[in-house]
Amino acid sequence: MTLADARARAPHLAVAQADADADERLMLRLAAFCEQFTPLVALDPPCGLMLDATGCAHLFGGDAAMRACVLQAMARLSFTGRAAVAGTPDAARALARFGETAVAPPGEEENFTRPLSVAALEAPRETSIALTRAGLATLGDLADRSSAALTARFSAETTRRLTRILGREDARITPLRPLPECMVERRFAEPFLDLSAIENVLRPLIAEAMGILEKRGQGGRAFEARFFRTDGAVRALYFETGAPSRNVEALLRLFRLKAESLADPLDPGFGFDVIRFCVLRAETLAQSQIGFERQGAQDSDVADLVDRLAARFGRERVLRFAAHDTHDPVRAAAYVDAAASPSSPPGSWVKPEPGEPPLRPLFLFDPPQPIETMAQTPDGPPMHFKWRRVRHMIARAEGPERIAPEWWRNAVGYERRTRDYYRLEDRDGRRFWVFREGLYESEPAAPRWFLHGLFA
Amino acid sequence: MTHPLASLRKSLACAYPAAASETIALGAPSLDRRLRGGILRAALHEAYAETAADAPAATGFALALARRARAGEEKPLLWVRQEALTAESGAPYPPGLADIGLNPAAVAFIRVRDAKEALQAGLEAGRCATVGATLIELFGAARAYDLTASRRLALAAAAAGAPIFVTRVAASPAPSAAASRWLVRALPSRPRAANAPGSAAFAIFLLRRRGGAAGHAWQESQEWRVEWSRDRGAFEDRAFDAPSLSRPVASLPVGGAADQGAPQTAERKFG
Repeated sequence: MTLADARARAPHLAVAQADADADERLMLRLAAFCEQFTPLVALDPPCGLMLDATGCAHLFGGDAAMRACVLQAMARLSFTGRAAVAGTPDAARALARFGETAVAPPGEEENFTRPLSVAALEAPRETSIALTRAGLATLGDLADRSSAALTARFSAETTRRLTRILGREDARITPLRPLPECMVERRFAEPFLDLSAIENVLRPLIAEAMGILEKRGQGGRAFEARFFRTDGAVRALYFETGAPSRNVEALLRLFRLKAESLADPLDPGFGFDVIRFCVLRAETLAQSQIGFERQGAQDSDVADLVDRLAARFGRERVLRFAAHDTHDPVRAAAYVDAAASPSSPPGSWVKPEPGEPPLRPLFLFDPPQPIETMAQTPDGPPMHFKWRRVRHMIARAEGPERIAPEWWRNAVGYERRTRDYYRLEDRDGRRFWVFREGLYESEPAAPRWFLHGLFA
Repeated sequence: MTHPLASLRKSLACAYPAAASETIALGAPSLDRRLRGGILRAALHEAYAETAADAPAATGFALALARRARAGEEKPLLWVRQEALTAESGAPYPPGLADIGLNPAAVAFIRVRDAKEALQAGLEAGRCATVGATLIELFGAARAYDLTASRRLALAAAAAGAPIFVTRVAASPAPSAAASRWLVRALPSRPRAANAPGSAAFAIFLLRRRGGAAGHAWQESQEWRVEWSRDRGAFEDRAFDAPSLSRPVASLPVGGAADQGAPQTAERKFG
């Protein structure tokens, strides 16, 4: 029917452009909402959702009760839906879209799907026409033929769909999100509204999850708290720890920090129906004996602190220093994520020589700052230099310390130049680390001077 | 019958246990004598850079104090730095930390966007009893660092028993709950052989000390000249080296490479 025909019949028809992207976003939101029924939810394009009810249905009082519960929740969100429960995803889809059956008990899919029209195959148009012309009206008609003949006449895809719908072959759905390691939840008879009491709900939940992990000898690394709102909105808070943890209070603190740092705060709206706590990633963590080894306790305190700071400010902001065995001063030290590498190996840093003044600056500029210099050639230290429009008269200097580039790292066609480093002190007592890039006379381009660091 | 003052002292001693009066000696005898043993361990201390160019000196001074508190060696040092300072004076360079006597492996470094975040991170770290010391570096006026914020930090330090140091760059000293407030300036170092720059030296000026001025002939307006000795892990007095400073140092031939044998040395200007 064209739009003009439709308008002729119903003059007040509301018309909107189809928006496939918005539809998909809506389906994703509904899928997130449906995760309160089972953790395994997949999209069934274009407008279906596939819920794997394995091991979940009994929680709702059986397949039929679970189906009713899902439909009722959808109705509350003002969606009308068709739903069917069956042993295989394809059978459920065919029954929901083309049949009237609500629940097909496992193993009996064939009895329920046989009466369905061949349209349930959702085959290409030519195939459907060919099937109808051959007088094959229902799936049962097809099921009685030999599959070799069907494959030869139509296509392997048609036969495959047929066997799946009839429940002769099983297929698993690919859920939107992987199954968590461990999951605990609270369902509320009345929507939960009191945000201030949320920790009272979460604490026993986390404790329960930690109990499960403890039995397995594991600790969690990544966690998620999910809040299912009555109106269908789902909010998830994700946080992680640097080391496997089973510490309920520490996790609760991380949650609190995460919740505080949200730009868009947690809003209960008309209340939460379900609050769920998942351990997404777990690692082996031996049973610990508290108070036996002080050092261990100290490390874990600092690790907790690092986790809290990382949860609040982002992991890229909480750092530790890592040493590299190289003479290149820039590559010698790196910043690494402190939460990912809780302790760096001791003794990897070069111990300074006793009696020597500091040879390396406390602060390094990246990139080095160009300076204007007056210096003796070929390798005298600057007599004065100008940096940020201030002239520094040099009172003391030491150098050069020649640092050649790591030629084995050079990209072909690009050659880094040798650097001569000087430690300088101006008349005011400020100490600088400057270098001259390049050598006089031996190289065609004139050397340039840079300020690379500042000493305390 | 006990003297009312004595009973007051007694109740105060109960409220503030002995740890509250534990001090960190700076290591320089004259300074420690005047400070009556040093600065309080479980307290907040501030170091102001005299000018923006003295920022590395103020940080260096605070790091040296943290090192005196045994942080960055046995116990971890938490270093919170406002990002604006990176443009001003560069990013911390771990080998340089090792060069002033801290173990870079014992330092956790937190980069934050503004003063508010720096104070939040610093407070979180300062409350942790296993942290040896916390260093917070603020840039500019930092309105978030007010009396309340500093009071919070001071209480956290007192509760955790570890010092919190706040360095301020491009800011003028303002009232706060800090136990001591220092103005720090870079000081010409004692030259090594061939006029090479020596160890870090600071001119420090005590602006304020809680409980220090009252009743004592305390010269608040005294400036000390100290040098940080990495090998001893202590400050050393530089009060008596005035002659070496009055020398017109700049007119000396510059650098250790003042080799007469160099054939032709020409001066050039580069930019």
